[in-house]
Amino acid sequence: MLRVRNLVARYGDEVILNNISFDVIKGEILVILGGSGCGKSTLLRHMVGLSAPSTGSVYIEGADITTCDTKTFHNILKGIGILFQNSALLGSMTIGENIALPIAEYSGLPKSSVDILVNLKLSSVELEGYEDYLPSQLSGGMKKRAGLARALALNPKILFLDEPTAGLDPVISSEIDDLIMKINEKFGTTIVIVTHDLDTIFTVAKRVIMLDKKTKSIIAEGDPKHLKDHSPDPAVRQFFNRNAKIETTWLQ
Amino acid sequence: MQKPEQYKFISYDISEDKQGFFTIHFHGKMDAQSSPEIINKLLDKIDSLSPVSLTADLDGVSYFDDFGLLVLIELQKAVKNKKGFFHVTDNRGKAKNILYLLESNFDRSVSPFKQKGLQRVVEELGGTVLNYFSNFKAAVSFLGSVVLSFSQICRFPKSLRINDTILYMEKTGVNALPIIALISFLLGLVIAFMSSLQLEQFGANLYVASLVSIGMVSELGPIMTAIVVAGRSGSAFAAEIGTMKISEEIDALFVMGFDPTLFLAVPRILASIIVVPLLTLFSDIFAIAGGLVVGVFILDLTASSYMTQTINVLSLFEICWGISKSIVFAVVISWVGCLRGFQTQGGADAVGNAATSAVVSSIFLIILFDSIFAIGRSYWR
Repeated sequence: MLRVRNLVARYGDEVILNNISFDVIKGEILVILGGSGCGKSTLLRHMVGLSAPSTGSVYIEGADITTCDTKTFHNILKGIGILFQNSALLGSMTIGENIALPIAEYSGLPKSSVDILVNLKLSSVELEGYEDYLPSQLSGGMKKRAGLARALALNPKILFLDEPTAGLDPVISSEIDDLIMKINEKFGTTIVIVTHDLDTIFTVAKRVIMLDKKTKSIIAEGDPKHLKDHSPDPAVRQFFNRNAKIETTWLQ
Repeated sequence: MQKPEQYKFISYDISEDKQGFFTIHFHGKMDAQSSPEIINKLLDKIDSLSPVSLTADLDGVSYFDDFGLLVLIELQKAVKNKKGFFHVTDNRGKAKNILYLLESNFDRSVSPFKQKGLQRVVEELGGTVLNYFSNFKAAVSFLGSVVLSFSQICRFPKSLRINDTILYMEKTGVNALPIIALISFLLGLVIAFMSSLQLEQFGANLYVASLVSIGMVSELGPIMTAIVVAGRSGSAFAAEIGTMKISEEIDALFVMGFDPTLFLAVPRILASIIVVPLLTLFSDIFAIAGGLVVGVFILDLTASSYMTQTINVLSLFEICWGISKSIVFAVVISWVGCLRGFQTQGGADAVGNAATSAVVSSIFLIILFDSIFAIGRSYWR
């Protein structure tokens, strides 16, 4: 479904990701995890074509998005949805208009049908009746759900979620986790999540890849429940078990 | 139980064990509140005592943190400068987790403050030059993107976001009309009044009408309108797009398959191209009305003679000249506003910088293009 091969990402002269290669299998929920600043969001940006890698390739359904022509790239974009960390709903438009935007642009449906579809999308994320609200009038959790509805607008084959539960309370976070699993089950959507929220990881992830800030590469791959206790790398076990590493400072 | 006030401030006393061997006994809290106050006093003391050996006794200390450590580091530095020895006794172990840092040389570590000197100047100069080059490259690239978007609209007119264009025509044009009308009216009034002071001496009051109309229609009308639009709408374009950029809305548009230039910049640029010339015409009319008020009420001219003189002196060429200038200014203002918005990176201050930069760059470019128009006209004749 999605293949990343030998990807190197830089900001200026600084290498952020070095020689990253992995596959995303159709229908799975893959979580990209790692500590703050390890390049999770950077990797996500490269996977959807928002940033161009220094070297390496990203294949979505066989096409390399780093080298393909604009028309192919736009066709690929129609098959993916993305939920940004702060939802990225267009502030000047209502929730309904935000969701209608890609539907009206690409489906060719009449306005009345688009309206019905918008309501269906909103009800799928339990936001029915909120189509006339502006993003600024919604709470953090509602914004995330509205962003999810927009990401799902064209029933994408791959859904990318950047920190879907960041800044949300545990109850709302678990609701979002639930929603992610339902989307995966009902639509068979391949889901790639970037997060370091352990609850989300253990609840939704079937497979994880872990990035490391020091090596700038993948240090673990597999089932998070297995990695938690059986990873040969102490840094991986430490991450999954929330163990502190502060030993050398006077703040003991 | 001891009252906390008792230990609110640090106190110390100094004893001399034998000639040149001193001990400072600290009591109370060595924390952020109390420690900085005593550093200077202690350093003065050490300066006068010139100890062979100094021992800091922490047994009476109730609390000790990195600010307390700072006191010890400063004392150690001062004693070593006097070629003396520095020791610490901490029998109660209040500072045991942090005292090992006393061995580290913090003076050698990298300063968080910017270094000065020639190296820094060269670095900044190089950085600024590179920045100008990358800005220029971004500006040219954005201009190309705008041209491509307009060519796409020519081929597929449906790709224009017509509702947004109308909205920006209202925001940039209709909403700006009152302020432009008022400014132009007052400007016409001022020009008429000031010129009449000179022309009255030669009995040439009627030429006030010529001065106001020619001055406003070919020069001041387009410039004043452009400056007001740059201040109102250019900054708003930059701030709106800049905010969308930092909140990832533009990324979201891109991933949904929309061209951000076509979606955000084209409606704004097109709206400006339509309304700025109209605003300029209104500006001309209100300025002439301002001149008319002075002509009729102060210079004793009749309204009909003033208007006849205005119509006689204004040719179609003058009006078209002013309008064509205003179209160029409209492109400059909206292009720069959108460009600065798309260039925004960072947080809230970056949005403010983008808005400021949009206005400053627009006004500079307006004056630059006006000069080019003036030179062009001198060759035209």
